[in-house]
Amino acid sequence: MSAAWATVIAVGVGTVALKAVGPVGVADRQLPPRLASLLAMVGPAILAALVVSEAFAHGRALVVDARLAGVGAGALAVLARAPLWVVVVAGALATAGVRLLR
Amino acid sequence: MRKGLRVGAPLVPAVLALGASFGVLARASHFGATAAIVMSATTFAGSSQVAAASVLGAGGGIVAAVVAALLLNTRYAPIGITVAHAFLGRRARRLAEAQLVVDESWALAGGGTARFDRHVMLGVGVGLWFAWVGGTAVGALLGGVVSDPSAFGLDGAFAALFLALLVTQLGSRRAVAAAAGGATIAAVLTPLTPPGVPIIAATAAVVAGWRRA
Repeated sequence: MSAAWATVIAVGVGTVALKAVGPVGVADRQLPPRLASLLAMVGPAILAALVVSEAFAHGRALVVDARLAGVGAGALAVLARAPLWVVVVAGALATAGVRLLR
Repeated sequence: MRKGLRVGAPLVPAVLALGASFGVLARASHFGATAAIVMSATTFAGSSQVAAASVLGAGGGIVAAVVAALLLNTRYAPIGITVAHAFLGRRARRLAEAQLVVDESWALAGGGTARFDRHVMLGVGVGLWFAWVGGTAVGALLGGVVSDPSAFGLDGAFAALFLALLVTQLGSRRAVAAAAGGATIAAVLTPLTPPGVPIIAATAAVVAGWRRA
């Protein structure tokens, strides 16, 4: 089995189970509030790490390149409350544009 | 249900585009088109899929890709618990309906409030599922042609996408602290560890958010 298929199956099974925790498993019970608030912080922590990794990581090195322009354009679009697809397109155009100029 | 389809309609173009971006990224990360489409149909959780493909594409290996993706989806446990009372009927039916809970369908249906409407959630979820899977198919087929995502600035686009997804989750000072901690951990560990590890280690930053509770 390829790495891609192994990942697809493992992530798929795990996600189905996680989505089922509330509607199937818990019904009316509640998570302890401390645990719930801890879990709510996982998303921001990982997404921030992914921004750093996608914007600056090149293998094991941290580099500043055209991707930074993409993040900057995306940040401006986010500040302007643009829809998500505009953020993505702005990021792509700025990155490609800077790459062409250099 | 019909109301939900209508409520979710404005999101469809965005989800189509995001699905297409995932399809392209997945192909660049050595996924076959079928694997990419199957993942969208079964996992149906965008940020985790992009994260898995991104880690795998960076050479991070299967374990790192799976752990990073599932950590991102741990939020569906508390999210599902907030609306668990609205799901009725047999376990199989609740299991199937639970798969349509995604951030957008949950939020648009009033998730976390007393007004939560399961029918709206299902309508939004169904509409977005078709958009997500359809978009992925388009991207996966295009991705076979566009083999290098950096050619069209797509690598920068994914960084911008993660940034936009992050901003939607920065609702509290604790979330901002967790995000700052996660970014710092990733930056420090990138030169020191194999790809993928910094993303997983970043979860340690939840403690930064927690201590301020």
